[in-house]
Amino acid sequence: MKILVCIKQVPESNKVEVDPVTGVIKRDGAACKMNPYDLYALETAFRIREAMGGSVDVISMGPPQAQAVIREAYAMGADNGVLISDRAFGGADVLATSYALAQGIKASGDYDLILCGKQTIDGDTAQVGPEISEWLQIPSVANVKEIKELADDSITVAMDLPDEVEIAKVSLPCLLSVDKDIFMPRLPSYIRKMASADREITILALKDMDDKDASHYGLNGSPTQVQRIFPPDTSSHQEVWNGSGPILADRLCAKLTELKFI
Amino acid sequence: MAKLVLHPEKIDDPQVLVDLCPFGAMELAGDGLQINAACKMCKLCVRKGPEGAVTFEEDAPKASVDKSKWKGIAVYTDHVDGVIHPVTFELIGKAREMAQVTHQPVYALLLGSDVEEQAHELLHYGVDEVHVYDYPQLARFEIEPYTAAFEDFINKVHPSSILTGATTVGRQLAPRVAARMHTGLTADCTILEMEENTDLSQIRPAFGGNIMAHIKTPNHRPQMATVRYKIMNAPERDEDESGAIVVEAVNPSRLSSHVEVLDIVKKPKEDMIENADVLVVAGRGVKKPEDLEMLEELADLLGGQMACTRPLVEAGVMPAKNQIGLSGRTVRPKLIITAGVSGAVQFTAGMNHSDCIVAINSDPSAPIFKTANYGLVGDLYAVVPELIEKVKEQREAHV
Repeated sequence: MKILVCIKQVPESNKVEVDPVTGVIKRDGAACKMNPYDLYALETAFRIREAMGGSVDVISMGPPQAQAVIREAYAMGADNGVLISDRAFGGADVLATSYALAQGIKASGDYDLILCGKQTIDGDTAQVGPEISEWLQIPSVANVKEIKELADDSITVAMDLPDEVEIAKVSLPCLLSVDKDIFMPRLPSYIRKMASADREITILALKDMDDKDASHYGLNGSPTQVQRIFPPDTSSHQEVWNGSGPILADRLCAKLTELKFI
Repeated sequence: MAKLVLHPEKIDDPQVLVDLCPFGAMELAGDGLQINAACKMCKLCVRKGPEGAVTFEEDAPKASVDKSKWKGIAVYTDHVDGVIHPVTFELIGKAREMAQVTHQPVYALLLGSDVEEQAHELLHYGVDEVHVYDYPQLARFEIEPYTAAFEDFINKVHPSSILTGATTVGRQLAPRVAARMHTGLTADCTILEMEENTDLSQIRPAFGGNIMAHIKTPNHRPQMATVRYKIMNAPERDEDESGAIVVEAVNPSRLSSHVEVLDIVKKPKEDMIENADVLVVAGRGVKKPEDLEMLEELADLLGGQMACTRPLVEAGVMPAKNQIGLSGRTVRPKLIITAGVSGAVQFTAGMNHSDCIVAINSDPSAPIFKTANYGLVGDLYAVVPELIEKVKEQREAHV
């Protein structure tokens, strides 16, 4: 089975502050890591490869430094890696990001199974996976908490819903977004890290895509526009109430109703 | 085509721009300053960099859609097996409020099988039209047929904005539909406002809630947004129906699916305190193990769970998995009510990021009052039983 895992490099910390006067964003250091949810998708891919044979490739999009997460995936056991990197892709929203990834996937080969993590910890949208599946015109299932059965032309999975678990058989090729805890991710191995030190990473730029029209990518291909960013209202609200039991209970009940807990 | 252009002659010290860029996209390479692929086009360098050092250059602005052809606000009816998720009513409430700005209709889109009853239920909440696709292929959510029916609705009705609950289904369906329509989608909006020209102002937290982003979809229709449960206000259910049911038809061949639902398994109730939206915490102020029942009842009434501080675990009256604090679990529920908890730092470190903290303690100098949003100075034995009665009354008044 040919498996592709979508991974992303994210900031180590999502501590970001906006200077309320100048509007300048201050980030807490430049340290980066692999999006933690992607580790579960990688582990799922390795388990399927162990059961079915085949290969596990990874794809990412970002600046040249994002090659670090592909190296990390190599050290965990990935076979080949692709980095989509071009200034033309900068400023992309969900639509333009998923389009660039889908174009990069098409340029990289035919895959039976594409795996994504639940969401990223910097964007938090969980939307890129489903949008990729639309561009590729393949079925998708999100919130996958278990792989039930593997076959040459299908995969049976458990999808987590709030009150129930749905068991669904999906024909290949397809895209799955897996939940945290589907499998315990393995640690990168030093031996594999050394063995893959010289392995190439394919870099894809706009010129390598089937669709070379720059207006479909990056800021230009993004329907949504960020008007402004601003700090959240964090002034934590504090009140102390005194009174008899019934009076306090009355006030609390009214407050909980107002806050929609009742 | 829009791009950022560097003007080296106006840059005295390139390091200023390197330091300014929050995404590390300004790079000092061999032949001077460059913008690399990390650029998110936030234009901070244009606004805050040295005067004229970086400019944002745009060719002729892109042709905008004809906004007069897209009218009204549509709400996706989120349901599993005909049980409508309450986020749907909250979104209808928001849509009605916003529709007053543009004087355009509010639609509900209902996809399912045998859903006539649900269509009528929606008419009690003030929508102008419920558009129903009633097909056996739509009995359970499957991505392909649901997207096909949704697309058919958009192409027929041309809603200017579409709101979807950020539920398990909504978070899969909305992006798939947005990609098919080549339009924008903003996830987990916390504030939505309608402008007179039908542009939808969408505000959402980013970077784990550390900053807020104000987003618009100015040149595309429909504009799509997802909203989590309990963010907006649901309107009161009206005794009478209003509005119309429009039964839509789509060629059933378009409702084919590559996903086959084999089985549905009911889940046992989760009882991990980390997953609870509401927690009631028992502290040392609880005198006897039997008194825990009272707090348990309160937790049940609020749809939450019981947790405790370390002394109760040590006394053997509560299991260790229910302990909050440095030597227990870290929780971040939407509501936490502590009863008889003094609030030592070892405890508060495990819960001080909760959205709303209520503390009940008879000692006005207890440290918990420094952490609490609402501090009730009083005896828990006087407050909690009264509170339980009031909550029950409130419940009954609404049934």
